[in-house]
Amino acid sequence: MEKEYLLSVQDLHTSFFTDSGEVHAVNGVSFNLDPGEILGIVGESGSGKSVTAYSIMQILESTGKVVGGKILYKGDDLTKWSSKKLDKFRGKCVSIIFQDPMTSLNPVFTIGNQIEEAIKLHTDKKGKEASDRAAELLSLVGITDPEKRLRQYPYELSGGMRQRVMIAMALACEPDILIADEPTTALDVTIQAQILELIQELQKKIGMAVILVTHDLGVIAELCDNIIVMYGGRICERGTAREIFYNPKHEYTKGLLKSIPNVNNMKEKLIPIAGTPINILNLPKGCAFCARCENCMKICLDQVPVELSINENHKASCWMNVKEVFEAEGGKK
Amino acid sequence: MSKSPLIEVKNLKQYFPIKTGLFKTEMLKAVDDVSFYINEGETLGLVGESGCGKTTVGRTLLRLYEPTAGEVLYEGTPVTDKNIFSMRKKMQMVFQDPYSSLDPRMTVEDIIGEPLDVHKLYSGKGERRDKILHLMELVGLNAEHATRYAHEFSGGQRQRIGIARALAVDPKFIVCDEPVSALDVSIQAQVINMFEELQEKLGVAYLFIAHDLLVVHHISKRIAVMYMGKIVETGTADDVNYNSIHPYTCSLMSAVPIPDPDFIRGRQRIVLEGDVPSPLHMPSGCPFRTRCKHACEKCAEAMPPLTDRGNGHMVACWVK
Ligand SMILES: Nc1ncnc2c1ncn2[C@@H]1O[C@H](COP(=O)(O)OP(=O)(O)OP(=O)(O)O)[C@@H](O)[C@H]1O
Ligand SMILES: Nc1ncnc2c1ncn2[C@@H]1O[C@H](COP(=O)(O)OP(=O)(O)OP(=O)(O)O)[C@@H](O)[C@H]1O
Ligand code: SF4
Ligand SMILES: [Mg+2]
Ligand SMILES: [Mg+2]
Repeated sequence: MEKEYLLSVQDLHTSFFTDSGEVHAVNGVSFNLDPGEILGIVGESGSGKSVTAYSIMQILESTGKVVGGKILYKGDDLTKWSSKKLDKFRGKCVSIIFQDPMTSLNPVFTIGNQIEEAIKLHTDKKGKEASDRAAELLSLVGITDPEKRLRQYPYELSGGMRQRVMIAMALACEPDILIADEPTTALDVTIQAQILELIQELQKKIGMAVILVTHDLGVIAELCDNIIVMYGGRICERGTAREIFYNPKHEYTKGLLKSIPNVNNMKEKLIPIAGTPINILNLPKGCAFCARCENCMKICLDQVPVELSINENHKASCWMNVKEVFEAEGGKK
Repeated sequence: MSKSPLIEVKNLKQYFPIKTGLFKTEMLKAVDDVSFYINEGETLGLVGESGCGKTTVGRTLLRLYEPTAGEVLYEGTPVTDKNIFSMRKKMQMVFQDPYSSLDPRMTVEDIIGEPLDVHKLYSGKGERRDKILHLMELVGLNAEHATRYAHEFSGGQRQRIGIARALAVDPKFIVCDEPVSALDVSIQAQVINMFEELQEKLGVAYLFIAHDLLVVHHISKRIAVMYMGKIVETGTADDVNYNSIHPYTCSLMSAVPIPDPDFIRGRQRIVLEGDVPSPLHMPSGCPFRTRCKHACEKCAEAMPPLTDRGNGHMVACWVK
């Protein structure tokens, strides 16, 4: 029998139907998540990280649709669930911290109202119990004077505080899976450290699994067991943190790692990735990275690379790794 | 006597009046007694948490805000309301957001040409065009981009347009306020390299404001760390990063996400406790004392002065 994962995304395709045509935002993404695992997703802006997250939550905008694949939560395909079942699932089983905290808090309700609402919706806590829990959550995310803060409105809080309120709400019911979409971009490194510590603590304490989407490779390096690298709506590389950082096998990942300062030699010149990010409306036929890749071969232009196992902890989708192809193309390296 | 630095900022203050009640106004001390210098062709990095006053330092320095007190000297000459127009030929600014800082209805040519027009830096149409094309080449833009509109460009390209515009007047000094933070990681390196190359070629000096501490360390010769309107530590980039002394700098550096799993998983973060005080109700004495685990009585009494700990490494702390 096949192993049952907490979450198993299988060949996910998500598109938006817009005036300029179908936007293929996610083109065949597959991955599995175990309880207590922290999975990092990095990748180019526009590569489909958030859309993947929203597909799992089933909270795509009305123009967006999962057009292919399955999303199994404990073996059950949630793309087939009723909206009632999904409502129960969101918050209790999976919750999300959004990229932009301002758009996801309701400006006309106090912070307290909103957190208590989330608690009442998903647990059997009521009245005083719910408000005590709300205050407890706020202090957990490092907000002092929680009772006072609960009576304030979102606009009265700084960006970093709003972000922490969002995090408190997402953690309110101790979900099985926390999806954190750039949870700390609006925060200073010192506050960021506080939040990351908290996420790690909960992951250990209640065995919560975390999908952490971020462009900050430092955060990924610190927290994640496994890493997925995305480009052009596909996964181009996946593996353990050590494999991805010390043994990258996709040309985009290699480029990404070279374009940030080298901590062992801060004055070393940065090596940028040439070219401009792709236009998803106009995806190339072959490898999405081909136009920017300095080792691009003929086959890369025509055929999407197959995913090849580098070792048991590491897979990459780059024609350079397929020995026969590489040699047949004349080994231009 | 030694030559005066290119830029010298002395006891700069910027207080904003904030209405806190119907008839009540309080002063928000966004920048409070800040002094530093920048030599010709040098980069000073300015870091510190959100809201500590970095942008305000940059804007006040260029007199986009009238300073509440203090002085800015350019090659020893005070910058005043009277000479600011001609000083703008030497001092420029590149803004944080490449999406909103350029007028989308203007062509690239017009955006870059505007400062040339304002300062009348050409004798005829031909010379104007030559200058614009030269500037575009400097920042790595194609000549054929000249007649296109700003909104047609990617973030990295727009940031280049903004930089070409700043360079148009041939400045000796540019304030760069978060010039790469809105860009994708893969594009950031292009823009950072361009800043470095322009410095080598033209000898421009930068005040480089950014929250990515690795990027600041990479590009800066010296770094100043701000906390609630004050500079609490300054020195060479390596000293501030590797031999941090001020408790705030130490916690900051201990929390920098380092993209190296083996290294970072062995590291001990210093997590700060307590909340950031409101800039309207600053604590007495050292502004950091409400979150500092070394704070003692003296810290509540008076603001510690910056003192030299060797090699020009200046730290404002009573205890450390
Ligand atoms: N509502 C929408 N309508 C049309 N296209 C969309 C919509 N939302 C997202 N897209 C497109 O889908 C692609 C993937 O977007 P997504 O937000 O997942 O990127 P991302 O990887 O999260 O990027 P970032 O790092 O910038 O957050 C992008 O090309 C985007 O333009
Ligand atoms: N024009 C203004 N009027 C009133 N207050 C202001 C004004 N500009 C800035 N402030 C306040 O001054 C303080 C410093 O702001 P500033 O923008 O300089 O911070 P910063 O260090 O650049 O922060 P960030 O990293 O978030 O950009 C903040 O408390 C801010 O709210
Ligand atoms: S002066 Fe006191 S409160 Fe301020 S940083 Fe030093 S020890 Fe901490
Ligand atoms: Mg996103
Ligand atoms: Mg700023």
